[in-house]
Amino acid sequence: MVFLILRRLGQTALILLGVAAITFLLLYALPADPARMIAGRSATAQTVANIRTQLGLDQPLLTQFWTYLQGIVQGNLGRSYAQKTDVGALIAARLPATLVLMAAGICVEVVLGVIFGVIAALKRGGMVDRVVMMASFVGVSAPQFVVALLLLYVFAVTLGWFPMSGFGSAAHVVLPAATLGILGAGWYARMVRSAMIDVLNQDYVRTARAKGLSSARIVFRHALPNALLPIIAMIGIDIGQFMGGVVVVEAVYGWPGIGQLAWQAIQQVDIPIIMGVTLVSALAIVLGNLLADVIAPLIDPRIRGR
Amino acid sequence: MLKRWLKYTTVATALALTPLPSFAQSAPAQGGDIVITYKDDIATLDPAIGYDWVNWSMIKSLYSRLMDYTPGTPDLVPSLAESFDVSSDGLTYTFKLRKGVKFSNGRDVVASDVKYSIERAVDPKTQGPGAGFFGAIAGFEDVSGGKATTLSGIETPDDGTVIFKLSRPDATFLHVLAINFASVVPREAVEAAGGDFGKKPVGSGTFVLKEWTIGQRLVFERNKNYFVKDMPHVDSFTVEVGQEPLVALLRLQKGEVDIAGDGVPPAKFLEIKNSPDGANIIVDGEQLHTGYVTLNTKVAPFDDVKVRQALNMAINKERITRILNGRATAANQPLPPLMPGYDKGFTGYAYDVAKAKALLAEAGYADGFETVLYSTNTDPQPRIAQAIQQDLAAVGVKAEVRALAQSNVIAAGGTEGEAPMIWSGGMAWIADFPDASNFYGPILGCAGAVPGGWNWSWYCNKELDARAIAADAMSDPKIAAERTAAWGSIFTDIMKDAPWIPVINERRVVAKSLRMGGEGNIYVDPTRVINYDAIFVKP
Repeated sequence: MVFLILRRLGQTALILLGVAAITFLLLYALPADPARMIAGRSATAQTVANIRTQLGLDQPLLTQFWTYLQGIVQGNLGRSYAQKTDVGALIAARLPATLVLMAAGICVEVVLGVIFGVIAALKRGGMVDRVVMMASFVGVSAPQFVVALLLLYVFAVTLGWFPMSGFGSAAHVVLPAATLGILGAGWYARMVRSAMIDVLNQDYVRTARAKGLSSARIVFRHALPNALLPIIAMIGIDIGQFMGGVVVVEAVYGWPGIGQLAWQAIQQVDIPIIMGVTLVSALAIVLGNLLADVIAPLIDPRIRGR
Repeated sequence: MLKRWLKYTTVATALALTPLPSFAQSAPAQGGDIVITYKDDIATLDPAIGYDWVNWSMIKSLYSRLMDYTPGTPDLVPSLAESFDVSSDGLTYTFKLRKGVKFSNGRDVVASDVKYSIERAVDPKTQGPGAGFFGAIAGFEDVSGGKATTLSGIETPDDGTVIFKLSRPDATFLHVLAINFASVVPREAVEAAGGDFGKKPVGSGTFVLKEWTIGQRLVFERNKNYFVKDMPHVDSFTVEVGQEPLVALLRLQKGEVDIAGDGVPPAKFLEIKNSPDGANIIVDGEQLHTGYVTLNTKVAPFDDVKVRQALNMAINKERITRILNGRATAANQPLPPLMPGYDKGFTGYAYDVAKAKALLAEAGYADGFETVLYSTNTDPQPRIAQAIQQDLAAVGVKAEVRALAQSNVIAAGGTEGEAPMIWSGGMAWIADFPDASNFYGPILGCAGAVPGGWNWSWYCNKELDARAIAADAMSDPKIAAERTAAWGSIFTDIMKDAPWIPVINERRVVAKSLRMGGEGNIYVDPTRVINYDAIFVKP
């Protein structure tokens, strides 16, 4: 196990290096000139040249990348071009909100997904199953923007149960998390359903039933744990995705997450911020998957031997 | 010989500006805490760096400068300066500072702070976008070129006196001292912030930054020691960022928000406008803005003046104002109506499809031609570009619309021979200060027609350039009217060469709650958008 983790951490470093190199190359290959963007419209050619020198943009690309990597190794993500402040601090300031929304969103989608997935599996082929599957289909295909605005309009504007926008109290997180949860739950419900159907057809379930165990005990003690593996893997992926920011949900609810930071940085060609956010979310995806791989054997003894 | 200038009187009259409706119809009340929302985070509050329309007005209020403007107008008035003299050759400006003005850290503002602040704005290490504005100060080249760190042209004989020596007369110099880049900052606070002054601002303006939670909110509190009595009016304003304009508007209607800084989304505009309170919620103010299409004089067939003139007659500008829900008026010259020098009598090229076709035929393009029209890709700009495309099709010109991210359009515009036509929407020129010269150099003068420049027509008329230099040398305020007229004629003469199609003058829209008082021109102030100093809560 320790060996596995160490090997994966080694891979992680390589993946991050690759991500950094590709992002760096793509960003600097853009036709937009960051020095020009910073200098603004009234700048003289001299000002632009000065800024380019100050930022090291006149250095060869490899030198720039090497300098950037040296910074990263020292935990320095560089300074934002537009905001003239440390990228690390900007990302750190938005981490709490991102983590809260990530955790809450995943909770909602997993709880909804498991409940409806199990129900659908048990009532396979019936009316309930069809309704749940239809709803999950709508859920996974509905645009974030529409669901977010709909929830906002009904529960915040009309009913006034939750604040419309912002971050800070538990009430603030309900609607953004519900939006993410509703949209994501469909995937989980479909996955749980098919995994459960698979498991319920296994011999040991038939044996359990033959022993006369209650159906609740069969479902929760014997079937569900064995259907959870794909869910764990999926959560690993979601951790990474949500850490990269959920731009639309953050925008609608005024949620101060990483997505908003990235979106603004892209518009301003603020390369250090784009690089920083990309690396953080790449790191989160890799770690999320690692976490899933570490947890899976704890839940399923069959994997341990491998 | 020095001429003595007394505060408030002469400058305003000398500039001879159109009178604006008084904003003091309802007497401003003191007090109140208000909430303002914006979509984007505040980039920086460092006056040497901040240069977007959102932080511009906040920086205006956090700091003070030698000169400023009467709220709601383009009228220059001394601010941190008590009085000033201009030498008759226009090369020496002497300012006497107000006594007893304090930074929010408690220290007195002295002459050396003014010198330090401007040197900091020019210093390449600051990476500020405003360095070029100070180009007339003697010694500018040495500092901007990194050869010196102090400007030889700024002298401070005592704590209360600043003398500027210019290397050439600059009639816009008083405006230059009123722009944000000339804001006075205390050196010790800049150094203590260690490169993060933009997040830890210290100034001597109407407000003090009390709290900044990144990505969420900024709280500005009234500076109780501000040197003008009863200014500002509100006790505090809280800026909430990351707020979607549509949601901000809903919150405003519920009374949670007082000013929705991003205005009203197009989809909601008519609904709000036609609602019972619509007229009191929507502030629709004129700004120093012109939206235009550049015709690249270095790309065929736009190298032919007849083609450029023909296309000027082909665009149905009224229809474009309708796309913007009427939040714009048709333009016929580069200067916006609010700008001194705007020629009310000028008619330009009227919309006339038949005449446009005839002129194209005369130029040898009876069957039209194919070209490319660049535009930014955020609504409503692509829709406007499409309207222009249709108008062009009506005279036989097939234009491919290329809607790209703003930075890519700017890059294409600054590359020689690249973009035949650019619709400037979303990046159009809004004046840095209310003087016509600001609408010339970078966007229509030879200096801007360089790689990476903003003169996307690549238009360079040496004769007009000479007239522009001559007009900017007319720095004696006594001949200000003459200078304004000289500038006005430069812009109407440019239209003979037709490097642009001036399309619209767009108004800015801000939404405010019913409890906010004051006229529209302090919510859309021509020199700063929202004037936080002047807005107030109704008693």
